[in-house]
Amino acid sequence: MVAFIIRRIIQAVIVMLVISLVGFSIQHQIGDPVRDLVGERVTPAEREVIRDRLGLNDPFYVQYFRFVKKACQGDLGLSFFYKKPALEVIVAKAPATIELVIVTAIILIVVSIPAGIYAAIYPKSWFSRIVMAFSTIGVAIPVFLTAIAFIYFFSVELNWLPSYGRGETVNIWGWESGFFTWDGLKHLVLPSVSLSSIMLPLFIRLVRAEMMEILETEYIKFAWAKGLRRERVWFIHAFKNTLLPVITIFGVELGILFAFTILTETVFQWQGMGFMFLEAVERSDTSLLVAYLVVVGVIFVVVNTLVDIVYGFVNPTVRIAGTK
Amino acid sequence: MNTWQRFKNSYLFYSFKQDSIAIGSFCVLSVLVVISILAPVVAPYNTYDTATFDILDAETPPAWMETGNEKFMLGTDIQGRDLLSTMIFGLRVSLIIGIGAVLFQALLGIIVGLLSGYFGGKLDAFLMRVADIQFSIPYLIVAIFTSAIFKLAFGVGRWEELAVPLLIIIIGMSEWPKYARTVRASVLGEKNKEYVEAARVIGLSRWQIIFKHILPNTLTPVLVLSTIQVANAVMSEAALSFLGLGMPITKPSLGSLIRSGFEYIFSGSWWITFFPGVLLVIFILVVLLLGDWLRDVLNPKLYKG
Amino acid sequence: MHHLLEVKDLEVKFALRFGELTAIDGISFTLDRGERLGIVGESGAGKSVTGFAIINLISKPGYISGGKILFEDQELHRLPEEEMRAIRGNRISMIFQDPMMTLNPVLSIATQMAETVLAHQDVSKADALDIALEKLKKVHIPSAEKRLRQYPHECSGGMRQRIVIAIALLTNPALIIADEPTTALDVTIQAEIMDLLLELCESEKMGLILITHDLGVVSQITEKIAVMYAGKIVEAGSTQTVVQDPRHPYTQGLIKALPGSLQPGSRLNQIPGMMPNLTEIPPGCAFHPRCKISDSICSMEVPALISKGQQDRMIACHMVK
Repeated sequence: MVAFIIRRIIQAVIVMLVISLVGFSIQHQIGDPVRDLVGERVTPAEREVIRDRLGLNDPFYVQYFRFVKKACQGDLGLSFFYKKPALEVIVAKAPATIELVIVTAIILIVVSIPAGIYAAIYPKSWFSRIVMAFSTIGVAIPVFLTAIAFIYFFSVELNWLPSYGRGETVNIWGWESGFFTWDGLKHLVLPSVSLSSIMLPLFIRLVRAEMMEILETEYIKFAWAKGLRRERVWFIHAFKNTLLPVITIFGVELGILFAFTILTETVFQWQGMGFMFLEAVERSDTSLLVAYLVVVGVIFVVVNTLVDIVYGFVNPTVRIAGTK
Repeated sequence: MNTWQRFKNSYLFYSFKQDSIAIGSFCVLSVLVVISILAPVVAPYNTYDTATFDILDAETPPAWMETGNEKFMLGTDIQGRDLLSTMIFGLRVSLIIGIGAVLFQALLGIIVGLLSGYFGGKLDAFLMRVADIQFSIPYLIVAIFTSAIFKLAFGVGRWEELAVPLLIIIIGMSEWPKYARTVRASVLGEKNKEYVEAARVIGLSRWQIIFKHILPNTLTPVLVLSTIQVANAVMSEAALSFLGLGMPITKPSLGSLIRSGFEYIFSGSWWITFFPGVLLVIFILVVLLLGDWLRDVLNPKLYKG
Repeated sequence: MHHLLEVKDLEVKFALRFGELTAIDGISFTLDRGERLGIVGESGAGKSVTGFAIINLISKPGYISGGKILFEDQELHRLPEEEMRAIRGNRISMIFQDPMMTLNPVLSIATQMAETVLAHQDVSKADALDIALEKLKKVHIPSAEKRLRQYPHECSGGMRQRIVIAIALLTNPALIIADEPTTALDVTIQAEIMDLLLELCESEKMGLILITHDLGVVSQITEKIAVMYAGKIVEAGSTQTVVQDPRHPYTQGLIKALPGSLQPGSRLNQIPGMMPNLTEIPPGCAFHPRCKISDSICSMEVPALISKGQQDRMIACHMVK
């Protein structure tokens, strides 16, 4: 088991190194640290001096190691646009994205599990059919279209919910939260519902498929033969068995959810990390871009590794295969 | 019996005839594909030619509405181009990129999968490691990032020229691991079958065995995967264009159109976003439905009632 | 005379896409308290379906299309679901084939046992666990308290089947239906489990319906036997007489096919052909295509299961007098 964990951690470190290499190469080729530091109005001679001082004429690998060292210390360069350390900018924007993801995750769990279970137990009911039809169509609609549609109906036409921004936020120890004001919560509704609409079809189908498979097993038949109440068979015997695969997939999909926040934040002008990324692209703010890559890379690697390790704990067969 | 007759008698065709959703999807898809191939002929206007449109016509609503104009069936976009024509050309661009990207991923993935599965050992370990690493990062992020970098590196002008092939490569690169894994799994399964042994005994070279014998047997899952991937590729391209990292507004794809129309929803010009959006959804839906049907038909294990 | 269980002309059909399939075509038998009946036949003959039919648990799209099932003078096939539930696992318990698959992997043994008691009796959880403990001891499971806290995958195959039997005993049922209880187990464990079942039936005075394809097992512990073929009973009687002196050609073939009756080195006796697919049952006697003594009447008329000769000996064959 320990061997498995170590293997996973080594893999994680390798991935992070690759990401850092990619990030650094981008920095190296496209970035302009001189401009980031002192702006654009410097003479070529002054540039050379600054370049030397910053060590920009050193060989590639020397600069790379410097980059990694500084990154480990939390220094990911200076954002040209914000005139602040890139890491600081990202950290300031992170709460917006994280809160969005949390609310979306809650919606996903609360909706897909009951819907999936119901659709599995009563596959022919009209509710189930509608849900499945929605799932099939839902997969075909890109998230930004759903978001736009929502904005059009609920904002422009009905004027029930706001269509952009986070609304009022409350600052709790540096964390700008939208959870504590009505306005903030109202602003959270459309973005999180749009974001969840990508994953909802997938999860409902997943829960349903798992549940249906489990309902066909011998132990469920045995549970019926024991004369247990229906609810007990469905929720205690069957449901518990669906959790393992569902949780694993959820862990993986969480990463993908993150990717889609970029799209959603764009539509709603949600001041989170994704929106920041696009602005950085438009402003050619390379340091910020690279910092984003590294931060997001780290988040993914950590989450994936954790999920793998947890899965390894819960599912003995994976452990054995991993040590080969 | 010639091939056409064999096809007509095959189970595939029989099952197709039974399934009205499959038939419907296929018809819609064919219509869309034909229209986009014949775009220059079918579209009322050639929207790539700047002489054919006039900014004064911008934001005209669809023909059936009050301020509409019969010349422009579905209205015009923000630059005065006929929306219907732009959509048709846009569909064409999306299709080219979608299919191109899938061909790219498939080619790359199949080769990697074949080599990895057949030769095994260190090569396999290495290639799969690379695939794993790429797998741990969601493909959309890879695509978004890569196009952002390319756009910065090339600058706006060159980007516009190179957008189509670049997008094909970008989207292609982001998803090849799926093909590699699928093909590798198939190869591992086929490797130990008797016909491979037989081929070796006859004295066929490794490459002949790999490409002429094993490859055809791995194609079924590849086929099913490809339909899903075309839908995914088109969606990725739309997402990238929507973010401004894809097709530029001068040669718009459906995604770019949606992007350009988005700001104008609030002022009431809903059609610029609506019609391209509907077309996009219909296309993706149809491809996915066909993919579902194909998967069910080709998978013997799913013959449940 | 009231039997514990009386099955009369039971018919079970499956409503499939391309038509209806008759899985059980009019079978009848009785069982008294403490009696042990073996239902024997090849796979696909309809034996398991019979077991499920009694407690009305046939998987869709199957359904009981005719006949009667009387248990303790109640018509089981007509009972509404809630009342049926009170009988399942309570008055009639069922044991399945593969104990690995029968026990839920994510629930502890204690949970899976206690819930059965709690579903049918109004007792506290502690009392339920006591009963569970008592039954575990009855099936000779060592360190029963420890077992209760364990999960199914921590127990061996034989142990698991004992636990399943213990579960079946929890409510002191009047009847146990055992569907191929030893098929998935090692031969040595098989013997142990069979002995256990025999001992329990005798001491608790429970009725037992043993459904199996294994004639050896059946002759060990049952008193009565019913041989099924293609959805019908073709021979029935006391186990000893049927096994020692089979009259129906099919039964004869089965007994002859047992390797025990042969000299080492000689060829096995097989019944030529295969049991027909239930969608393609031959007209007349379903066995006639494979039968050595069949005559023209066999392909035209379905032979009735009637008593020929000794009492309680029923045979469905035109050729046997």
